[in-house]
Amino acid sequence: MAELNYGLSELALEIRSMVREFAEARVKPVRAELDEKGIFPTEILRELGKMDLMGLYIPVEYGGTFEGDSMPNLIAVEELSRVCIGVSVSFAANGLGADPILIGASDEQKKKYLPPLASGEKWAAYALTEPNAGSDAGAIRTTAVKKGDKYILNGTKQWITNGGEADIYTVFAVTDKNRGARGVSAFIVEKGTPGFRFGKKEDKMGIRASATRELIFEDCEVPAENLIGREGTGFIWAMKTFDVSRPGIAAQGVGLAQGALDEAVAYAKVREQFGRPIIANQGLSWLLADMATKVESARALTYAVVQSIDRGVKDYSKFSAMCKVYASDVAMQVTTDAVQVLGGYGFMREYPVEKMMRDAKILQIYEGTNQIQRDIIGLALNKEYAAAAKK
Amino acid sequence: MHIVVCVKQVPNTTQVRINPETNTLIRDGVESIMNPFDENALEMALQLKEKHPGTKVTVVTMGPPQAVDILKEAVGRGADAVVLLSDRAFAGSDTWATSYALSTAIGKLEKPDLVLFGKQAIDGDTAQVGPGVAVWLGMPCITYARAIEIADGEATVERLYEDGYEKLAVSLPCALTVLKEANVPRMASLRGKMAAKKLVIEPMTAEMSGADPAKLGLNASPTRVVKIFSPPPKAGGVKWQGEEPEVMAQRLVDLLRERKLV
Repeated sequence: MAELNYGLSELALEIRSMVREFAEARVKPVRAELDEKGIFPTEILRELGKMDLMGLYIPVEYGGTFEGDSMPNLIAVEELSRVCIGVSVSFAANGLGADPILIGASDEQKKKYLPPLASGEKWAAYALTEPNAGSDAGAIRTTAVKKGDKYILNGTKQWITNGGEADIYTVFAVTDKNRGARGVSAFIVEKGTPGFRFGKKEDKMGIRASATRELIFEDCEVPAENLIGREGTGFIWAMKTFDVSRPGIAAQGVGLAQGALDEAVAYAKVREQFGRPIIANQGLSWLLADMATKVESARALTYAVVQSIDRGVKDYSKFSAMCKVYASDVAMQVTTDAVQVLGGYGFMREYPVEKMMRDAKILQIYEGTNQIQRDIIGLALNKEYAAAAKK
Repeated sequence: MHIVVCVKQVPNTTQVRINPETNTLIRDGVESIMNPFDENALEMALQLKEKHPGTKVTVVTMGPPQAVDILKEAVGRGADAVVLLSDRAFAGSDTWATSYALSTAIGKLEKPDLVLFGKQAIDGDTAQVGPGVAVWLGMPCITYARAIEIADGEATVERLYEDGYEKLAVSLPCALTVLKEANVPRMASLRGKMAAKKLVIEPMTAEMSGADPAKLGLNASPTRVVKIFSPPPKAGGVKWQGEEPEVMAQRLVDLLRERKLV
């Protein structure tokens, strides 16, 4: 198939072919069942670990394969998403959980927690959201009170991806309630820590293979050495994590939209009505053309953002938000159009586009709603143009 | 423990076409892959390696130079060493000559405790090379293996039949031919692939294997292919459905009687 040359490294191209083959062989045959029954893809993640694919974002010195090129991990997410984003989010949430450690933890903490994540022996999760703190993440109420060489955590986290399945949780809690967002700290909490248990497992509209669960902390004693950075720096790690993780959501959108486009074109070529394939109708071929154009635009923007981050561009919050908002909107549009192309069949569970359309919706919601993303972009524009006017 | 796995490069199709004039397989334009049953044999070896630390897995193939591709695939999945047995002298070998050649190559390696093969190759479908090599090596051979446990120098093997399975105990060294029911072959790992890319594989020639030249190649092969053809596809048959079972059963009995089959 014709494709653009994004200047991908040999490693990125290798990962693309490996994960594409893996997703076709191991994920595609089971995705409908994982979706229908809400089964966590344990075996799939284990196998990805054995294939050295769980540590693509972790530096070589901590057991991974990352040496400055973020594209291999991004493309792994894209290729898994092409087949199932319930699986790809379970894969990518490890990176999300590990990011605060990568960004803010000490060398000692990194040495302890990153190698088992890189090998896939352990899984991670990121725990910020609470019932009353979604978009307004600074409003979290989980508390951490220092007592000797321990912090005592109390509170409830909600909708935590990989909740219950992960071994290592990066948990955000308030250490100084008078300082608002600057009173938030980040902790590494291991599964099995007394006082840490799992609550309700959510029954979701889409990405049903992924685990979304409540975390409950009741006088949970966390060693003081598990604090990431200093007290009060948690919100910085949380936001910096989003800046690097949002392109991952964009990659999910690109992959999912590509998967839906693949299904739609394949169907339009074989489905005959009025004595010819429906793709021969201009109305339909133009719809497919628009879908394909959107997918490639979303891919180009996403890759450009990640490649720019790798090249040292510092001020990238705006661009991370742009690719997340754009690719997730594209995924919603393209999956909806794919259902339309397949008509009645598209609406049936027997065909995969119905699941793809249900799955797409979350991309516009999680990791910062698309409204929050537009806020970030708008705020940046306001600031940048004000600065330019002063010159 | 040292495990040798013999693998074969085959065309990626179960619908092999045959050149009616030369009675050979038409390989042009068909992608080459590791014989699927051999993948199960390799996976069995790799799982044993995981279970028994210190185990070494050596993968051996006989074939043209391009057969290195399946050896690299094997390294990608975790094989420790590979041997490419390649020489014009081997060309045209039948299963007798091939199993002899493989046995001489294996004879050059560290003495194996276990020699594994796929049940059969999907191109030739003879299922003869595995047992043949075992005979040349003087080892017991269990065919159609779907599971193995090793303890105290002895292997316990499940041998599958259409209607059940046997559990056999065998002393090592021994040879097995492995079924697809044995496992799901893993995919190559990233580090394995990177290692395979760097690997330079020097072929082992007939001379290096120490094989008797009189036992190699087309001339030494006792098999003569007289004719080779695709069997005619089965006729469609008759299907009855939607009626009472008794009615359909009676109709079947009538038909069998009419044809004097009962």
